[in-house]
This record gives sequence, structure tokens and C-alpha cells, in this order.
Amino acid sequence: MEVVQLQTRFVEYTASLFREGYLDAQFTQLQQLQDESNPDFVVEVVSLFFEDSERLLNDLTRALNQQSVDFKKVDANVHQLKGSSSSIGAQRIKNACITFRNFCDEQNIEASLRCLQQVKQEYSLVKNKLDTLFRLEQQIVAAGGSIPVME
Amino acid sequence: MDAAASSQKAMVDHGDQPHVLAVDDNLIDRKLVEKLLKNSSCKVTTAENGLRALEYLGLGDDQKNTSNDSGLKVNLIITDYCMPGMTGYELLKKIKESSIMKEVPVVIMSSENIPTRINKCLEEGAQMFMLKPIKQSDVKELRCRLMKYSS
Repeated sequence: MEVVQLQTRFVEYTASLFREGYLDAQFTQLQQLQDESNPDFVVEVVSLFFEDSERLLNDLTRALNQQSVDFKKVDANVHQLKGSSSSIGAQRIKNACITFRNFCDEQNIEASLRCLQQVKQEYSLVKNKLDTLFRLEQQIVAAGGSIPVME
Repeated sequence: MDAAASSQKAMVDHGDQPHVLAVDDNLIDRKLVEKLLKNSSCKVTTAENGLRALEYLGLGDDQKNTSNDSGLKVNLIITDYCMPGMTGYELLKKIKESSIMKEVPVVIMSSENIPTRINKCLEEGAQMFMLKPIKQSDVKELRCRLMKYSS
């Protein structure tokens, strides 16, 4: 595919992610931090986020399925996930975590389990979207083009 | 020279590359704040908790606390508030209580905008409070405010 076509697709795809609320302005901050000294900054940070999130989601699954649920621990994990998703601009995950924490405060196991499912779903969605976005970037670079800078 | 002015001086006597110690238990946030600071021409050391931060500053329990090794001179400390073990507030207190580190400006970061928390930190001597997620404009403001009295 032509570089220009790929670049257009990239711009449109990125715009849709913002429009649909998957990403917010903080993601743009990350993109603006990327430079020649750190050309893979966004991919690096997002990859760390994926690893860290998967660990947290596993810990949360385990913690909520204990005989006696330790809500302090659950809340601490959700707080971490809320923090990192907020820092990379993963808005829908962040919002799902905010709801989750409210149910942790109430020590409501049923609702917490539902929230966990919701968070996992949002995580899965944004991971797919970002993987697609990064693949598009790779295709542009492979075709000899440069990645459009989003404002 | 009063504490506020000498804190500014501590920030200013560094040539163009202030050395910042950034403390945060969240890996993604550490990476983000490090990059933001480096993009503002700061040299950055990160620590994942209050204890490690104190050790780095020479304030650990089993350290001499008698001198600030010029090789490790830190011009600014920026710390997250919510950390397991020692909070950012407790870290701030320890720094302000130490004879060798109390002049170093401390900035607190938090994802939660709680006025009583903010005031508590400012009263304890924090120079500034920053709301997460941290953006480029926050770091620019930090540089600007803490460099206000440069000669």
C-alpha cells in the first residue's frame, strides 16, 4: 500500500480512537514526548502498561475469588491500574476502574466481580486498538514514510 | 537566607541540568515523569519507594546523615503521595527534618485533588503540588517556578 494511504489510515484510525473515548489527551502527551532520542517511547511505555496491567488483572482475579476477600488489597490494585491507565491516556479503562473502586469501598463482591469483567473487557479492546495502531506505524516506516504527528 | 529563597537557590546552582530524584511506586508513572523531566533538560534518578529514596539521599536508617555527597547532589525531589509503606507526605517530613536535605525543594504528585491533603503537604514545606496525570505543561511550570530567582 502507498505511504500516503497508510498515513491517512493512521490519522483516521487515531482520530477514531479519541472520538470513541478509548484514548484521551494524555495519550497525545505521550506521542509528543517521542523524539529522535527516544523514537519508540510510546510503544515502550504502552508495552510496560500491558505487562503491568495483565499482572494486576491476574492478581485481582485471584484476590476476588478468595474465601475471604481482602478489599484493601483489591482496592490497592485497582488504584494502581487506574493510575497507569490514566497516565497513558487509556480513558475507558480508567473510568471502569473508578466505578470499580466505588464498589470496593462498599465491599460488594458481586459488583466488584462485574467491574473486574468490565475492566478486562476495556483492557482487551484498547490493547487490540493500540496493537493495530502500532502495526500501522510499522507499515508506514517499512514503506519509507514518516509517522504523522497528531496535534 | 530564608528557607524559600535558599530552596530556589538549591534549584538554581546546578548549571543547566538540575538533578531530580523522582519517587513513585507505579512503573508507568516513573517512566513518564522521567521522560518529561529529561525533555526539560533535567538529569533524573528514580526510586520506587520512600525507603529507597531516603537511602539514595543518604538519609537511610543505617547511614551517617552527615554529608550530602556532591556526586549525588539532588536539586529537586518529586514524589507521589500514595505509596505503600512510606507515603509521599512521610517522605517529605523526613526530608524536611534532615539537616542535610531540608533545603532541597520537594514537589508532591497525586491523582487525587484533595484540598486538605494538598494543604497538609504545603504546610509541611512542599514547594508545589501537581495533579496526575502529569503533562509537559506541569513540568514547564515546575521549571519556571523553581527557577524564578535565578540570577
